[in-house]
Amino acid sequence: MPKRTDIHKILVIGSGPIIIGQAAEFDYSGTQACMALREEGYETVLVNSNPATIMTDTEIADHVYIEPLTVESVSRIIRQEYPDAILPTLGGQIGLNLAVALGKTGILDELNIQMLGTKLASIDEAEDREKFKELMQRLNEPVPASKTVATVAEALEFAHEIGYPVIVRPAFTMGGTGGGMCHNDDELKAIAANGLDLSPATQCLIEKSIAGYKEIEFEVMRDAADNAMVVCCMENFDPVGIHTGDSIVFAPCQTLSDREYQMLRDCALKLIRALKIEGGCNVQLALDPNSYQYNVIEVNPRVSRSSALASKATGYPIAKMAAKIAVGLTLDEIKNPVTGTTFAEFEPALDYVVCKIPRWPFDKFTHADRRLGSQMKATGEVMAIGRNCEEAVQKAVRSLEIDQKDLFSKEAQSASDTELEDKLVHVQDDRIFYLAEALRRGYSLEDLHELTKITVYFLDILKHIVELEDQIKASPKDAAVLKLAKQYGFSDPTIADLWQTDVDSVRQLRLQNGIVPVYKMVDTCAAEFESQTPYFYSTYDHENESIKSTRPSVLVIGSGPIRIGQGVEFDYATVHSVKAIQRLGYEAIVMNSNPETVSTDFSVSDKLYFEPLTLEDVLNVIDLEQPMGVIVQFGGQTAINLAAGLAEHGVKILGTTVKDLDAAEDREVFDQVIKNLQLKQPIGLTATTGVGVLKAAKEIGYPVLVRPSYVLGGKAMEIVYNEKELHEYLSQNAPAAEDHPILVDAYLEGRECEVDAICDGKEVLLPGIMEHIERAGVHSGDSMAVYPPQSFDDDIKQQIVAATKKLCVALKCVGIMNIQFIIHNHEAYVLEVNPRASRTVPFLSKITGIEMAQVATRVILGESLASQGYQDGLYPESKTIHVKAPVFSFNKLDDVDSYLGPEMKSTGEVMGSDYTFEKALYKAFEGAKMHLPDYGNVLLTIEDRDKETILPLAKRFAKIGYRILATDGTADFLKQNGLHVTTVGKLHEEDSKRANILDVLKNNDVDLVINTMEHDYEKASDGFVIRQTAIEHNIPLLTALDTVNALLKALESRSFATQAL
Amino acid sequence: MKRYLIMEDGSIYEGEGFGADVQTTGEVVFTTGMTGYQEAITDQSYANQILVFTNPLIGNYGVTLDDFESLQPQIKGVICRQVARIPSNWRMQDTLPGFLEKMNIPGLQGIDTRELVRKLRHFGTLRGRIADSITDADSVVKELKRQNPTKGIISQVSTKTLYPNPGTKRNIVVVDFGAKHSILRELAKRDCNTIVVPYSTTAQEILNLHPDGVLLSNGPGNPEEMTAAAEMVAEIEKHLPVFGICMGHQIFALANGASTYKMKFGHRGFNHPVRDIASGQIVFTSQNHGYAVDPASVDKEKLMITHVEINDGTVEGLRHRQYPAFSVQFHPDAAPGPHDADGLFDDFISMVDQRKEARTNA
Repeated sequence: MPKRTDIHKILVIGSGPIIIGQAAEFDYSGTQACMALREEGYETVLVNSNPATIMTDTEIADHVYIEPLTVESVSRIIRQEYPDAILPTLGGQIGLNLAVALGKTGILDELNIQMLGTKLASIDEAEDREKFKELMQRLNEPVPASKTVATVAEALEFAHEIGYPVIVRPAFTMGGTGGGMCHNDDELKAIAANGLDLSPATQCLIEKSIAGYKEIEFEVMRDAADNAMVVCCMENFDPVGIHTGDSIVFAPCQTLSDREYQMLRDCALKLIRALKIEGGCNVQLALDPNSYQYNVIEVNPRVSRSSALASKATGYPIAKMAAKIAVGLTLDEIKNPVTGTTFAEFEPALDYVVCKIPRWPFDKFTHADRRLGSQMKATGEVMAIGRNCEEAVQKAVRSLEIDQKDLFSKEAQSASDTELEDKLVHVQDDRIFYLAEALRRGYSLEDLHELTKITVYFLDILKHIVELEDQIKASPKDAAVLKLAKQYGFSDPTIADLWQTDVDSVRQLRLQNGIVPVYKMVDTCAAEFESQTPYFYSTYDHENESIKSTRPSVLVIGSGPIRIGQGVEFDYATVHSVKAIQRLGYEAIVMNSNPETVSTDFSVSDKLYFEPLTLEDVLNVIDLEQPMGVIVQFGGQTAINLAAGLAEHGVKILGTTVKDLDAAEDREVFDQVIKNLQLKQPIGLTATTGVGVLKAAKEIGYPVLVRPSYVLGGKAMEIVYNEKELHEYLSQNAPAAEDHPILVDAYLEGRECEVDAICDGKEVLLPGIMEHIERAGVHSGDSMAVYPPQSFDDDIKQQIVAATKKLCVALKCVGIMNIQFIIHNHEAYVLEVNPRASRTVPFLSKITGIEMAQVATRVILGESLASQGYQDGLYPESKTIHVKAPVFSFNKLDDVDSYLGPEMKSTGEVMGSDYTFEKALYKAFEGAKMHLPDYGNVLLTIEDRDKETILPLAKRFAKIGYRILATDGTADFLKQNGLHVTTVGKLHEEDSKRANILDVLKNNDVDLVINTMEHDYEKASDGFVIRQTAIEHNIPLLTALDTVNALLKALESRSFATQAL
Repeated sequence: MKRYLIMEDGSIYEGEGFGADVQTTGEVVFTTGMTGYQEAITDQSYANQILVFTNPLIGNYGVTLDDFESLQPQIKGVICRQVARIPSNWRMQDTLPGFLEKMNIPGLQGIDTRELVRKLRHFGTLRGRIADSITDADSVVKELKRQNPTKGIISQVSTKTLYPNPGTKRNIVVVDFGAKHSILRELAKRDCNTIVVPYSTTAQEILNLHPDGVLLSNGPGNPEEMTAAAEMVAEIEKHLPVFGICMGHQIFALANGASTYKMKFGHRGFNHPVRDIASGQIVFTSQNHGYAVDPASVDKEKLMITHVEINDGTVEGLRHRQYPAFSVQFHPDAAPGPHDADGLFDDFISMVDQRKEARTNA
């Protein structure tokens, strides 16, 4: 069927900010979809609130709106743009839910806007648990016994009927938010109540647990002509019971015989046909490991995280094809872009193994509950490709950017057998390390299978690795063993550890014996057809297929998995760097390990190496490609951390030299630079012992900011107000040591701001200054920020510009640099310098129209700023005002304190833009899902030291019609100051006359919670409990009074004066 | 234990042996199927061929009696990147290496199978020898160049005597050119009383069995060697509904005046999309063929091309314009592979039933 000619303009809905369960994969799918629609000649309108994406680049769609993804705001866009159709299935659950909501308002019917792709009725049938169950019964497809309930009592009744364990799945939530496994009444009561609360439909499915079954996923596609096919089948390492987003996954499926595979394939195709999906769809199935019995777990009627993974795992671009199907094309008339000769109607054949491992945020949230279950907790994932499972797993582990670079973990090694078994049974993110350790201790495959239900085939992969460890250990410097080790994915550093030698001597031995990797192509067809895809992975096999081109090339290092502190912004910068390299006529080569992102779309670069980002893996690619140099400024800390090692091995780092990168990151050298330039900086000391830290703090005077050196995203950084807190900090964090000093800084009160500067060595371009809304103390990644600055006068701006210029030149920056300042007593103090692109790059690029990563890349490649048409200094400020707001995923994680501090906690961000600060603020809050009614109830739970600050804020709340709730202390203080306050009881107060805090939160009697209490490590502290309860009940929560002030500004701008004469 | 693959172009691949320790010669071909190694290995269409699996990991779920496609497979070797150390599946009765050893089939792992497949894609199917030594490699190469391993192969894999696959209702004769069990399973599922006859059975001998329909099975080798069978089909199609699968399809084409050719490296795997021209529907098919019907040779007066492979246009299905007879190049019986086309068996059965009904009423 040819494409539709009755529609011309299509609205694409993006997925909004990155949160757990909805991450960079939707930037990838949305970008692909928009490009596919433009390729077919349609005019595209894109709306997304997330500025940190490639999707929201003006070259991706004809009309790009960075606006809140709310019915109100998208309706406004629709009434302005009059699209003929809307494509909602590429923006994740957010996009889908928004489209459903828009449909309900009637605007789509009113303006005769068609829904492309899968029809709403089908979406509803797949998403509504009860309707889905009915459909499965009609199709005679088995589903676990289940019942949709609307009350906890119903849930309990049904659980008693079918027996525990049961799983609670709230309807219409993504990533299984609020769901969980329950083994008894108490657990069910808690989880069901929470789930009902979170479900927009107040529905939960109570389902018989089939934990222990094999979990199999199919990525399927179908077009309007009813052609249907499987793109990829994936098998979870972890059996049913752990959310697939939190599972280790292999592709293709490893342990299914053809009978089982075809049985499940038939089921998947039957479902996609019955649901009349037009596009991509994900089918999750559970197979009994001891019979042909299977169950349908769920169907996602849209592209998903799994489809992004499947696209990268097979080379088959699902989102692109889904978009083409949505406009009426059929699979047999779309060319397979990988081969260029065959059609899209083709089930990919893999001749390699793919392993995906999720990336969890527990390195940042050290107090969080690390147990895995039906609620997804990972922020990102890595993928690795090998010719055997051992190789794929080991490559994936070292791609994770965590402390463990192989299957050895100190914690696991020091665990007692009882602890070890506990870790195996109660699954946490680190189970794989405990499995390896158990095998080292002689547990049999059968023992482990009994404990974990993981199939013996998968367990044996780990056992093989453990056996190889012994073999390697027993044969130091043996080239034959070295080759074997490399074939099974052992890294040079791991082998060096096992041989008790240094990494370079392993590398030398390898090179001397010609043990180098070859690179094989990912081509969708297992080499059956000739393909042009420039998409490669390394393996220790015989034939190399990646041929170095004759053009000079530049290697760009990506940023690895999405994690807190290093999000999609860095992928954005990577992609832009690639574009600039290509525009200058060079070949752009990308290395990255993240399957979710745009940078690992093979059509973005001239060559893609899907590889771990370790020194060894990067050097191997460089050995083959011999690029002119490597660009490390855009891949976040991952890439920067590689620079020194690369330079030591004779690799040219393009742009700022390694020595100068170090100058910015090395505290002492940097302090000297600041002194020489006569710039101001908070007093800071370095200590290498606990005693030293205490002494330094005393010398500087409390409060002080303490943190380990060389970190990103403020890991383990805290403001400490007294010696007691400092003792506590030291006991919680890795002890200071010679090579891991702890930094102690004076904590200055004041406005923070940051700049990203591009420098060609002489001239410095500042695209803009971003002022933070929260004062120093909240991590810059968690602060709201505004451009242009609202409270700086020209003098301050001049100070910032002057300091930036001096620093860039003194630090010999060639490329891009991020500098953070604090304005204290009308003077700019330098807080820190990051000699690389920061997370504000996409935000500022979009606002100012300066493609910063591209300009910086051109500078790195030798073009001066002047030759690019830019002048030295601060770029003229725009008339519109733009506010960035952070977005958090606290409701996905248990036991994480949502109090904002110097340690970064947000997972994503949104932007609000308008002609006034207040309107931009309002949009930013809306985009961040901090919707507040015009009047309502606000609960204040305030630390004593904040009481003076809260008073004017409380008055303003009262003025616009908010009722104030507070506990006795705060209430008395406010009442004394003339405010009307409703007192509520303290946390556990039992008083029949008045409700306590938890009651009002649980009854949803509150629209906003402001809490600044007790940000200590104590999980049981009142402040923590209040925050946690607010998060659980989806009540907007603010912990910084500056944010409260900003919110009030936004609310006041929408309110009318109510003043008696 | 070291083992080698010596190819007719002189190239040598060194790997590790598994399965039976025997020297064999065969046509080296590859399959892209990611599951179903047991069904493929026991498929007689691979007789005298050495099969390379593009999927790097084979043997993961062991071997089970349920999944045999023939009891005495004539495949000459199995080549893969790596055999599973510990397979696991609830139905498993043996491991792949154990099974191959019992069947006297050699296996070779540890070679760069992707490199080998790329070579086959480039040069076309090549002959090869699996050997424990390469000391006489030069003479092996010379020998390989002279040999045609699949010549006369059907006479070796076809049954020597008639045997039944008892059932009730419909009497079907399956002419065995190397028939897969899955064909018999599909017929059994559809209430057929089947008699399997040798490939050399004449039309009269078949008619003497009074069947309601005839199914021409799959099989290995060059269809143009099957002149007698083609004559048999040319006669039998006048009397009885005929359904040809794979080799059966090619013989049906030859019987009606078309010709076949040897493909560069054939179709082996189960992701080949095939369009049913009449309905426009596309199905994924299980395929294993090194020869194909030349579309230019199809007499449009006699035959109609019903199915084509969407990428290279290979003739995938034919139907007789006068008689109730049709054939497909792919395997609607799957095993291994997708079940997308199993409706073709129903088509055949309804053809059989219609004829039966017509005769009863006549």
